[in-house]
Amino acid sequence: MIAASVALARRALRNALRRPQFLAPLVLFPTLFLAVNVGGLERTTSLQGFPQVDGFLDFQLAAAITQSLLLGGVSAGIAAALDIEGGFFDRLVASPTPRLAIVLGRVLAASVIAAIQVVYFLVLGLVFGASIQGGALGVLSVLAIGIVAGTGFGALGMMIALRTRNASTVQGIFPLVFVILFISSAFFPRELLSAPADVLAAYNPLSYIAEGMRQPIAFDNAIGPVLEGLAAAAGVTVVAIGLSVLALRGRLREA
Amino acid sequence: MQYPGPIAAIEVIGLERRFKGAVKAVAGIDLEVAAGEVYGFLGPNGAGKTTTVRMLVTLLRPTGGQALVAGFDVATQPADVRRRIGVALQEAALDPLMTGSELIELQATLHGIAPRTVRARGAELIERVGLSQAAGRRVGTYSGGMRRRLDLAMALIHEPEVLFLDEPTTGLDPTSRLTLWEEVRRLRDEGTTVFLTTQYLEEADQLADRLGIIAAGRIVATGTPAALKAEVGRPHLDLVLAPGTDLRRAHEVVTRFGDHRPVADGCHLSIEIARGAGDIAPILRALDDADVAVAELELRQPTLDDVFLAKTGEHLEGSGNPHSEAAAELV
Repeated sequence: MIAASVALARRALRNALRRPQFLAPLVLFPTLFLAVNVGGLERTTSLQGFPQVDGFLDFQLAAAITQSLLLGGVSAGIAAALDIEGGFFDRLVASPTPRLAIVLGRVLAASVIAAIQVVYFLVLGLVFGASIQGGALGVLSVLAIGIVAGTGFGALGMMIALRTRNASTVQGIFPLVFVILFISSAFFPRELLSAPADVLAAYNPLSYIAEGMRQPIAFDNAIGPVLEGLAAAAGVTVVAIGLSVLALRGRLREA
Repeated sequence: MQYPGPIAAIEVIGLERRFKGAVKAVAGIDLEVAAGEVYGFLGPNGAGKTTTVRMLVTLLRPTGGQALVAGFDVATQPADVRRRIGVALQEAALDPLMTGSELIELQATLHGIAPRTVRARGAELIERVGLSQAAGRRVGTYSGGMRRRLDLAMALIHEPEVLFLDEPTTGLDPTSRLTLWEEVRRLRDEGTTVFLTTQYLEEADQLADRLGIIAAGRIVATGTPAALKAEVGRPHLDLVLAPGTDLRRAHEVVTRFGDHRPVADGCHLSIEIARGAGDIAPILRALDDADVAVAELELRQPTLDDVFLAKTGEHLEGSGNPHSEAAAELV
């Protein structure tokens, strides 16, 4: 099981690197969005109720990471759907590969890509003047939340691919990613959101994931938000892997 | 449960697959493939060949009947079946972004082959299918024939007891087709059981020890190619007489050698003969003695298409000229 999962994860990673047109948007798009936000909305920080931060970039970095991780999930889903469409999935199913390894391989690859995404944005932030207030421990906290969340989003992408079996449909969820992200507190503090956005954000796990990463970047290593972020990311991951396994079983049963 | 005693490599009883809308793609087939045999599964597009293979390789659940592969039930013991089979499906489902070596090593790992032997085994198979030079290239750059050969190598990585090849030469050029045929023959010589689906008459004739002919989800004939062809009749000798030849005279002569049926153009005779080529010389001598000049002659063996025609009333799709397997054109 472990050998098969690792082998499939290596394949998924290798393919991601060989398909730059899939990998590049994961960081390019959130980078552009980050640049536009930071460049045009800097004065937001002077709004009453906006938390005290060194700069808007410090505040927005977690949003960019969350956005990038969500796109990573979409990308993992598209890759899985292409495997189904191209018949490679059938090859896996016709081999004695443990069924769980088919899901875990893809999810493990999403974890590694998530780590790369987090590191990319932290370095980008530092280059453009952000400061990681939590220091090395803060970096580790952001990495931990980011990797777990990226794993969960990868599993969600896998689940959607198994349900739809179609890469175009998986790609079609791209706008939905933004809707879900915008009804969270990823881009603005929850306190500044008006109803019903504030209520929706309170129930949106993306709020806790973004806030969990924002805390050590923009503020300090306060354990509460970090643990909440980690718990939200872990919750998404457990549920998403469970749903993926169910989707795989369903697909095999339907066959 | 594994079945005791000497067992067939594949044993299928009343296998059925019904899809949504009550469409029966496979309508209760029975077949048995002995260990070490190449079994050809011949039929036109849509006959149920691929559906049958997908059930036998555990990709599709049967909706009725039972199938045992290597002694294990495909419905209740699919994991045991998967460990013992090699599969090369109709579309060589290869990841175009991976190299040949990477793919074959991945397949070896998925089959649980020990890491220390993965590379050596992979290299051996790559060489066997003649892809050593291309092994480091991405599969996306391979030709159709190269993909098929790599697919075959991947199916063989764990030395399967039973190999399923679903239309392995469809779309290939003649040279690639012959290369694959050679490999199938080699596998048979090594004792691997091969279940081969095809829509090509010649392929079935050349490779299969025994054949099952499927049409509309049902097996309409089984047997060795020779026995099946013998069932539908003897060889025919087609004669084209020289212009101005007395057809009635020719008719009288050939009648002595078997049934005959002159055709409408007035210079063409076709006669069913018992002994094949051995009958040709006496017939020609008799015609010569009777001053009947023959312009052309052709010995035509019954074909698998004749078998298909006899069993279903239709020609096999794409078989074209039903006389295409003429054994000899002597003049």
